[in-house]
Amino acid sequence: MTIARIVALLAVLSLGASPALAQISDGVVKIGVLNDQSSLYADLAGQGSVVAARMAVEDFGAAAKGLKVEVVFADHQNKADVGSQIARQWYDAEKVDMIMDVPNSGVALAINQITRDKGKAFIVSSAATSDLTGKACSPHTIHWTYDTWALANGTGTAVVKTGGDTWFFITADYAFGHALERDVEAVVLKNGGKVLGKVRHPLNTQDFSSFLLQAQASKAKVIGLANAGGDTTNAIKQGAEFGIVKGGQSFAGLLVFLTDVHALGLEKAQGLTFTETFYWDMNDKTRAFAKRFAERNRQIHPTMIHAGVYAGTLHYLKAVEALKSDDGAKVIAKMKEMPTDDPLFGKGTIRADGRKIHPAYLVEVKKPSESKYPWDYYKIRATIPAEQAFRPLDQGGCELVKK
Amino acid sequence: MTIFGVPTQALFGQLLIGLINGAFYALLSLGLSVIFGLLNIINFTHGAQYMMGAFAAYFLLNWAGLGYWWALLVAPVAVAITGIALERTTLKRLYQLDHLYGLLLTFGFALIIQGLFRHQYGSSGLPYAMPAELAGGRNLGFMFLPNYRAWVIVFSLAVCLTTWYVIERTRLGSYLRAATENPSLVQAFGINVPRMITLTYGFGVGLAALAGVLAAPIYQVNPLMGADLIIVVFAVVVIGGLGSIMGSIVTGFGLGVVEGFTKVFYPEASNTVIFVIMAVVLLLRPAGLFGRAS
Amino acid sequence: MSATTDPYVGATLPAVAGVSPPHVVAFLIMTAALVAAPFFVYPVFLMKALCFALFACAFNLLIGYVGLLSFGHAVFLGSAGYGAAHSAKVWGFPPELAILFGTAAATVLGVVVGALAIRSKGIYFANITLAFAQMVYFFSLQAAFTGGEDGIQSVPRGTLLGVLNLKDTLTLYFVVLAIFLLGFLLIFRAIHSPFGQVLKAIRENEPRAISLGYRAEQYKLLAFVLSATFAGLAGATKALVFQLASLTDVHWTMSGEVVLMTLLGGLGTVFGPVVGAFIVVTLENYLAQLGAWVTVVQGVIFVICVLTFRRGVVGELGNLLRKSL
Repeated sequence: MTIARIVALLAVLSLGASPALAQISDGVVKIGVLNDQSSLYADLAGQGSVVAARMAVEDFGAAAKGLKVEVVFADHQNKADVGSQIARQWYDAEKVDMIMDVPNSGVALAINQITRDKGKAFIVSSAATSDLTGKACSPHTIHWTYDTWALANGTGTAVVKTGGDTWFFITADYAFGHALERDVEAVVLKNGGKVLGKVRHPLNTQDFSSFLLQAQASKAKVIGLANAGGDTTNAIKQGAEFGIVKGGQSFAGLLVFLTDVHALGLEKAQGLTFTETFYWDMNDKTRAFAKRFAERNRQIHPTMIHAGVYAGTLHYLKAVEALKSDDGAKVIAKMKEMPTDDPLFGKGTIRADGRKIHPAYLVEVKKPSESKYPWDYYKIRATIPAEQAFRPLDQGGCELVKK
Repeated sequence: MTIFGVPTQALFGQLLIGLINGAFYALLSLGLSVIFGLLNIINFTHGAQYMMGAFAAYFLLNWAGLGYWWALLVAPVAVAITGIALERTTLKRLYQLDHLYGLLLTFGFALIIQGLFRHQYGSSGLPYAMPAELAGGRNLGFMFLPNYRAWVIVFSLAVCLTTWYVIERTRLGSYLRAATENPSLVQAFGINVPRMITLTYGFGVGLAALAGVLAAPIYQVNPLMGADLIIVVFAVVVIGGLGSIMGSIVTGFGLGVVEGFTKVFYPEASNTVIFVIMAVVLLLRPAGLFGRAS
Repeated sequence: MSATTDPYVGATLPAVAGVSPPHVVAFLIMTAALVAAPFFVYPVFLMKALCFALFACAFNLLIGYVGLLSFGHAVFLGSAGYGAAHSAKVWGFPPELAILFGTAAATVLGVVVGALAIRSKGIYFANITLAFAQMVYFFSLQAAFTGGEDGIQSVPRGTLLGVLNLKDTLTLYFVVLAIFLLGFLLIFRAIHSPFGQVLKAIRENEPRAISLGYRAEQYKLLAFVLSATFAGLAGATKALVFQLASLTDVHWTMSGEVVLMTLLGGLGTVFGPVVGAFIVVTLENYLAQLGAWVTVVQGVIFVICVLTFRRGVVGELGNLLRKSL
């Protein structure tokens, strides 16, 4: 036991990192991946996020750098109370230094507040609400992958510019759906389009035929789906049945992930256009990552959420290394100060409000005949440059932004 | 012409859509009702068994190469067999106890089954292709009716009415009804009541699985597809009158229509309207619309 | 206290109530354990368990002693949570008033739902309560003040009676413990009073109780309202502990969960719901790592309980010791 300790100490000393390590609380950097492990977001985040975080720790070479990093995870069941309880317990009793991922905007907003109260760090990949870098922004939080504003802006602008100037919204009746609908509507109007109608459905609706019929009757060119997960896939699947696309209307998926396309099958999903910030088949680096990732995640290829978890964890560890401390506010500040560089999102920056800046991509789902190999699903139709992909800094109403 | 600002033509469309959804409610509540009638158990596993039916269709296609039409036949039987195993090993021990225990036991089974499927197959659901014979649709003037939906309505109506006929109008059905009233007397006539109970449970479960197969091509085959549906179907049965066969069929279709119209006039409330009706019905007619007061 | 005890009550209490030595011993053990617990176990976790324990006790009052299965009890837990959270956050109520306000909201709802539901029995009663629960859920989803899916977040804990700063976790813990013990004792007192005896008589044979001149419906309604009130007390406290009131607490699965807790601990036992709540909350806490297995384990508990020990943990233990716990 003592010999092992001495060896470990020597190893640390030889790397020249020893005095500073005292700054790492209890000697271990502990990362908690908190997400939905069992329900509607389990495939797009879930275990895959845990795998991504672990891969980042390995690729960072934490062990070789004398940094002890541990990854734990839990299931928040999409309940804000379960999520907050786990977060408190992690921070108070289990010495977790940073919480990662957290799908479901309601839960993420709760964790955002708790992290701030406890002085820790929070990196968001799954949650969509742009409030996290707007009125709820915090010096302890970074919003990595995407947000409602980026989706609305990317998809809305592109669709209107390519002639889809009349819209009908099918919106999930909760905060996220309303926010998405509001943001897209603003983009559509700004670009000279018109909104002909909207209908709000309860979360987790099985049957969309009634709403699709209303959308059909509106004669709008574009049916915007301001919902997520099973709601989106069911709407698209039934849309095919009711001949929506054949009748000349098209769907704009406002939040669609790779795993949703996989679940739908290309036959039903073809032609669907939406915004992503990462696709696994973009270049050699992303393909290499996807291959390693899929091997460890039941062959499910990485979504942009998984990519965000990987890149976020990597950048976090770099900041911890540079700072030789895992103090929440200091690390987040360091992360904002350092430019980001990772194999998945390339070079980028993090703004004062916590918004990670990188390009976004307008993608279109391939026809079955165009798909050459498993998970070959997207064509990239346009790249939205980093500086245009996200809400301008001064429009979010974040208190951290100096006027 | 418009009604409350909605064109009459659109309302026809919504009426038809409502009937189609009602067809699912009717099939599911019929099974629940048949089971309750004889076993006095509220089968909370029903939603999970509906899901198993859809998965069985998926497995048959992907593992055995058997298409939709075979699934329609094989899947209900397969799921019914699992139901029979459940009844033989566990449910039969509860017949002498309060309803509550049957409900809790089947609720527990629903959690287990849904959890296991979710663990194995994730939560996004799996695709199931529409049978080629029923693809496409026709324009009715006031709406575009997919052929498959028309098939759902015709087929489930046929199944419901056949079930009603067998139970209410045949000798076999009369044994069933007699056993509901007084099992020991029927037993004394030399009829094997325990076996009848087992087969009835299997039949009810089979109906749930059949609805699952019907649902597979239009909804995602998803481990959670029956999780919330069960309480809606449960409400349908209660509104119709517990144990009343015709009650569940009529109420199933009727509530589908009511829900359909709610989706036009107040879509946010479409999940809740059935419960409002349930509260009102139970307050005015405690035994349900078609139930006999005990 | 003892000097002014009404001799009549003093004389009848043991006879009617059967407050037996095992109860006293068990209560003392429980209290001692709960006082010591926060120094060994994470206090927030304990507070959650205490809130659910009180909720389960309230639920047990109805199912265990009146024989009514409410399948919508989450309504009272959740609406009191909203009441407390809203009054504390928006109106700036101090914690004691916020809890009172939340509890009162649950009481009012209890009167309304109870008055409508109490006439039905068995499965119909379960359904009516479920129907109202779904409506309240819908209201909570739509109403502006509940915050929809996000719930009411960052609820201030405040300073109790202007003296105790509840931001301190340990202080908060003992306040929650006091609330729990108060609720527990009041429920215990209600069960072991002449009122409780009448309830049991109604459960066993309602027509006979009525023929003896008891207005069964009024007794049942009172029991329902009491149950709703204590469920509300639990919900209001929980909202302050977690600084959050959310849809989870009004959803029907929460109504199912309280049935699980009570059944597992022992229907109609005094300590059963507490034990059941602690077991369920612990399981959920330690199974959180297991993802989809949480529901599987819950399901297995349901099945085992119903098939092998319908009396629940405490009921079986009491049976073994031949004591009523």
